[in-house]
Amino acid sequence: MLPIGVLAVEAFRATDPVTFAETWSTDSVAAITEGPYRRAYVGSLQLSGITALLGAVLGLALAVAILRARRSRLLRRLVLTASGVLANFGGIPLAFAFIATIGNLGVVTALLRDTLGLGLGGFSLYSMTGLGLVYLYFLIPLMVLTIVPALEALRSQWREAADNLGASGWQYWRHVGGPVLAPPVLGATMLLFASAFAAYATAAALVGSSVPLVTLQIANSLSGDVVVGSESRGKALALGMVVLIGLVMIFYAWVQRRTQRWLA
Amino acid sequence: MTALVEGVAGAGGVAPQTPVRPGRRRTGAWRYAVLALLGLYFLVPIAASVWFTVRERDGVSLETYAEIPGAEGFVEAITRSLAIAGLTVVIALLLMVPTVVLVDIRLPRLRTTVELLTLMPLMLPPIALVVGVRSVLAWAPDYFYGTPLAEAFFALQEPALPWILVLVYVVLALPFVYRALDAGVRGSDLKTLTEAARNLGASWPRVLVSVVLPVLRTSVLNASFLTLALVMGEYTIAVILGFETFPTWIVRISGSQPQLSVAVSVLSLLVTWMLLLMISALDRRRGTKETA
Repeated sequence: MLPIGVLAVEAFRATDPVTFAETWSTDSVAAITEGPYRRAYVGSLQLSGITALLGAVLGLALAVAILRARRSRLLRRLVLTASGVLANFGGIPLAFAFIATIGNLGVVTALLRDTLGLGLGGFSLYSMTGLGLVYLYFLIPLMVLTIVPALEALRSQWREAADNLGASGWQYWRHVGGPVLAPPVLGATMLLFASAFAAYATAAALVGSSVPLVTLQIANSLSGDVVVGSESRGKALALGMVVLIGLVMIFYAWVQRRTQRWLA
Repeated sequence: MTALVEGVAGAGGVAPQTPVRPGRRRTGAWRYAVLALLGLYFLVPIAASVWFTVRERDGVSLETYAEIPGAEGFVEAITRSLAIAGLTVVIALLLMVPTVVLVDIRLPRLRTTVELLTLMPLMLPPIALVVGVRSVLAWAPDYFYGTPLAEAFFALQEPALPWILVLVYVVLALPFVYRALDAGVRGSDLKTLTEAARNLGASWPRVLVSVVLPVLRTSVLNASFLTLALVMGEYTIAVILGFETFPTWIVRISGSQPQLSVAVSVLSLLVTWMLLLMISALDRRRGTKETA
């Protein structure tokens, strides 16, 4: 049953590259490295790079903070389940929650403008920065979920041994905790990057197509009636995404192998 | 004696407490700062959204929430999403429970391969996947027109209950289902249990139903629940293939009824969270019972 199950899945998935190959002419591949498409790739890479880094740092901090709380099991359970919901439920509800908060008619916007007489200081939810803010709302939980097992694997004996040898907290993290945690943290950051890079729903619900992102461009070219041949450009764009993610994935697998050697 | 101890401590060799304590206290303060800051970041949008849905020109009303069940298209969209989610859960479990069990009992060497295979959908952007699916579906009118295969393809795209979404979602759910089930299998000594059952003359299907499933109950529940959340929230694939599910319905009505769309969004998040909390509480109760 195992090979059949996996093969069925594999075969289903393997059809995608085949169809790309069939409609593949170098024209559309050349086209996606230029002009608006190039801008879309750069925009996507920048946005997901920055949000992945921020999400990784903040998520790690949150994970450490909730694990340190020995007495408050409840807090830990609340944060972990909330993370599960936010990381899995997807972007649409989040997008609307943020529109209601700091969108044009949002509650916080109104509070700042009408009650306090302040503006948002040039900030707009419907921009790259705004999008990043919403992305973090599901990236931080994703980081918490992926990194908690690694943090739990840090044995408390190591910390005690370091303490007994007179090491300061900083020395412990510099020489023991840091090196052990580095591979999983890097792996989790890669995952965050891939997830931000692939996100479409949030962006579509928030900004339509005014921000240059690959996913939005693909959806645009699929909705058809723009230009002849846009369908194949969409496929080329998607192929480009798969290639980029593939590179990230290879790196991730390599990092995972190193982690396993450490924590075995 | 006391003098001696003081002397040793004074020599500086055996006094770990002084460097330890201040360090711990500092991380404590830092911890509360992080919790407060992130707590604010995560709570403000939810609170603001709730306020957004209940405020009226003169005071507060829950009218928006009362409107939800009667809203145009809501019942159809949510029923369709729930049906798709149910089918996805059943198929994913039928596929993965025997796989995980087999890998654990018979083929431990394949574990890494299966793990990598099931991780793939996690990395594959849904939008790229849907481009591929669309192209495959386009074969039906292009190449197979008039054959039974084309009929099958069209049947998959029935707007009332799009089976194609079920198939794609099964693939997307694999990583979550696998990880949840794998955690359950690792936590229990399935090998011994199944061998005992086999020795007592139970058939394989019987072992699966009366030994494996009860052991994996919470993992199965967890896996089903994560899949449910995934399917109920998935937007990209549904909207590009042109089906109306729960999230695409929210987006469609958001233009004309912004309050309603926000209300449904917040409600769906909170309901999902409550359900997950309940499952985790269940999990913990079983855990303590077993160790006690």
